[in-house]
Amino acid sequence: MGSPPSFLTSFFAGKFGITERDLESYLSEALSAGGEYADLYFEYLSNTSIGIDEGIVKSASESVTLGVGIRVIAGERTGYAYSDDLSPEKIRKAARVAALIARGPASVVKTGFQEASKHNLYPMITSPHEVGLAERVDLVKRADAAARAYDSRVFQVIANYADSVREVLVASSDGRLSFDRQPMARMGVAALARETDGVPQQGYSGGGGRVTLDFFLNEKTPEHFAKEAARQAIVQLSAVDAPAGESIVVLGPGWPGILLHEAVGHGLEADFNRKGVSAFSGRIGQQVASPLCTVIDDGTIGSRRGSLNVDDEGVPTQKNVLIENGILRGYLQDTLSARLLKSASTGSGRRESYQHIPMPRMTNTYMLAGQSDPEDIIRSVPKGIYCATFGGGQVDITSGNFVFQATESYLIENGKLTRPVKGATLIGNGPEALKYVSMVGHDLQLDEGIGICGKEGQSVPVGVGIPTVKIDKMTVGGTAA
Amino acid sequence: MSESLIDIARSAVRRALDAGATGAECTISEGEEFSAGVRMREVENLKQAGSRGAGIRVLVGNLTGSSRTSDLSAQGIESMVSGALDLARITTPDPHAGLPDPADLGRFAGDLKLYDDSVARLETEFKIAQALKAEEVALSADARITNSEGASFDSYLGSRVFANSLGFAGEYRTSSCGLSVVPVAKQNGSMERDYWQSSAREAARLESPEEVGRRAAERALRRLNPRKVPTQKVPVIFEPRTARMLLGDLFDAVDGGSIYRHASFLTGKLGEKIASEALTIIDDATMPGLFGSSPFDDEGVSSRRTVVIERGVLKSYLLNTYTALKLGLKTTGNASRGLAGAAGVGPGNFYIEAGTSSEQDLIAGVQRGLYVTELIGASANTVTGDYSSGAAGLWIENGELAYPVSEITIAGNLKQMLMSLEQVGANLEFRSSIASPSLLIGEMTISGQ
Repeated sequence: MGSPPSFLTSFFAGKFGITERDLESYLSEALSAGGEYADLYFEYLSNTSIGIDEGIVKSASESVTLGVGIRVIAGERTGYAYSDDLSPEKIRKAARVAALIARGPASVVKTGFQEASKHNLYPMITSPHEVGLAERVDLVKRADAAARAYDSRVFQVIANYADSVREVLVASSDGRLSFDRQPMARMGVAALARETDGVPQQGYSGGGGRVTLDFFLNEKTPEHFAKEAARQAIVQLSAVDAPAGESIVVLGPGWPGILLHEAVGHGLEADFNRKGVSAFSGRIGQQVASPLCTVIDDGTIGSRRGSLNVDDEGVPTQKNVLIENGILRGYLQDTLSARLLKSASTGSGRRESYQHIPMPRMTNTYMLAGQSDPEDIIRSVPKGIYCATFGGGQVDITSGNFVFQATESYLIENGKLTRPVKGATLIGNGPEALKYVSMVGHDLQLDEGIGICGKEGQSVPVGVGIPTVKIDKMTVGGTAA
Repeated sequence: MSESLIDIARSAVRRALDAGATGAECTISEGEEFSAGVRMREVENLKQAGSRGAGIRVLVGNLTGSSRTSDLSAQGIESMVSGALDLARITTPDPHAGLPDPADLGRFAGDLKLYDDSVARLETEFKIAQALKAEEVALSADARITNSEGASFDSYLGSRVFANSLGFAGEYRTSSCGLSVVPVAKQNGSMERDYWQSSAREAARLESPEEVGRRAAERALRRLNPRKVPTQKVPVIFEPRTARMLLGDLFDAVDGGSIYRHASFLTGKLGEKIASEALTIIDDATMPGLFGSSPFDDEGVSSRRTVVIERGVLKSYLLNTYTALKLGLKTTGNASRGLAGAAGVGPGNFYIEAGTSSEQDLIAGVQRGLYVTELIGASANTVTGDYSSGAAGLWIENGELAYPVSEITIAGNLKQMLMSLEQVGANLEFRSSIASPSLLIGEMTISGQ
């Protein structure tokens, strides 16, 4: 397919005429009051979204945002400024503001950039506008029709489709130059169902990734998500109250991997550990999970929602082992934490946009498959709860307490799934919860691609995955005795 | 040479009409943000920047499309307008799509004190010093405060402009500043953090660094060495911070968008008694100096006060033009949106009216129960009212706060929780657009050991 793209052919060079000389001059301005490191993050994000509600395509929207974020690091201190105007004088002005963090003579910027290596994990597309709007409208209409056709008790459907392309360019004072074009698409369907004049119940399903519209025509169709949302709403119609108290919990494969994201992932982000405020601080090498558990954070899986060719600091993403056979192995590092901890970046520096300071974040977090047959896992439980689908989760990294919301669960009675139960929050403690994992299935699944992770006010897309897992003890927040 | 934002908004609306739209509304916002973060007595980060953006929604008959951009040049606006028109043509006609009734458009007459120059005049050195002081007070409050996630001082100066094709054009400025600190307490292998934050639209109304630091430290310390209580049903007191979160969940149930879709357990309950007599909920966007106030909503409808629940009776939903039309009601001036898209429904100052009992009295009336200071991962199902959340707090024994508890959940159903609301505290403070005094709920299920 020809030679790899070079900076000259990159988006920002082409559209805004930015040269390597310009980048060097902005970085020099950023280090004009000293500091050891500076970087520039240029971003151009275009987004289109379509929504159907009550069978009417009520909304169609597009947006374009662009800007540059400039960071200066001096010791543990970070200066940050941004501009949504890419004119040289505005960028220089922002660079001078970021420079205020340092108080000393100017530092020297290395001249001559080295283009960083990067993965090739997602399709190269031109621009979402070059794909017909009508095709997108058709996706939400198909979802609406399929959810209604699934069962006559479905009476309300909302479906949304959104896609975006993010162009990024990162240049740093130590000579790193990196650029990437990052596609993202996502579809979501919510359905409400009720018996005649009964109480409504809801179901939701969605997915996508770093893919284009084709994905929804060929791989995961609107009908796939629509049927799943409708099915969940129908299941809830016969749900009984969830149990209250400690119970054996079996997690189904896929999206329940959010357990890992909350229970261990956040607690292993290097910023928290550098500061000693995580329940996992200082525990490298210790047993924090059952020997059956190996947990990975991998930003290099093709087309996944959490994947990136390079992270938001221009560093290629990696496959990082967090927990190996129950032993805590490593933290997720960004450039700043790596500098301060005299370690290397793990390709985990991420940010929501050019307006945000990067920090260590997860990408796709999952547990490796084990040996057990999922059927055997359920059969081994005399009384417990099986969680098939989750809503979201949250963690207090200092105490280590985390929660996640089960939205589709079933009672397990004498080794069999019996009645569906209503949604409930489950709570556990990060460094303890995974010690109770007693069986791990051979059925690892990654989620469908809907995860959004929030940290300190910044949202980034992530993925999770898990095989069927049995946890011998966890607290279930229902209301039934 | 630069055109005023209101002129840009007017001209965007005009361009849309010239290009074939039958109606249009344009929102522009501009802001300047600053934040200083300190940690362990050192400056950790400084951030400062300004940004702006515009959004337009166009109507072509009953079709609507919208678009936003951060490029406010003539060319940027032109491309935003044509993008929205292109999108409108692919939607399907919605008989309820439209603009507000012209009679509802306008601006609340009084001075809402949303902008105060004192925030613009704050020096960077002063802001850093405030954050350092708040953290120092927290760190030196007790030997068990051994660490900190940091303290920060933030400020924001903004302008918001709205114009539509019915001739409305309005603008208002806002200012805000905030001071917060997150100390970490440690004892016998137990590590806990908590925070305190003060925000205000004028600098003088901010709580002092001493107050912020002291309260944050107090909160972190009282969480140390928590126990996990057995599973049981007991009365639960939500302190103002957690009561406000619960009230936020209740907002979704009176949002007209949930009502017309039958996605709220309060659908069809207008005029009915849905809560105990102790509960009165108001939404009021006309209270001077508060975070939920504005002279007009995001459709140009003048702001107002709406009684949502009065002594337990559901009096009104909260509505924008669209949801009002769907329900055959009048807008309550609660339209809310970012820059683009159809307006949703958002709160003004959405609050529970204060009762007469002190929080101390509420606690004293509980033999055995939970005082909730933190909700984590709260999940409120607006459709059914089912509620379940992770929680931490203090256990109440014989009318007194006895010891900290954590790693538990609380669960119930909002319908029953509203009915079993026994008392509302007198301690109402407006710290954000959603505000509540302490609430005593008769019974909820605690899941623990």
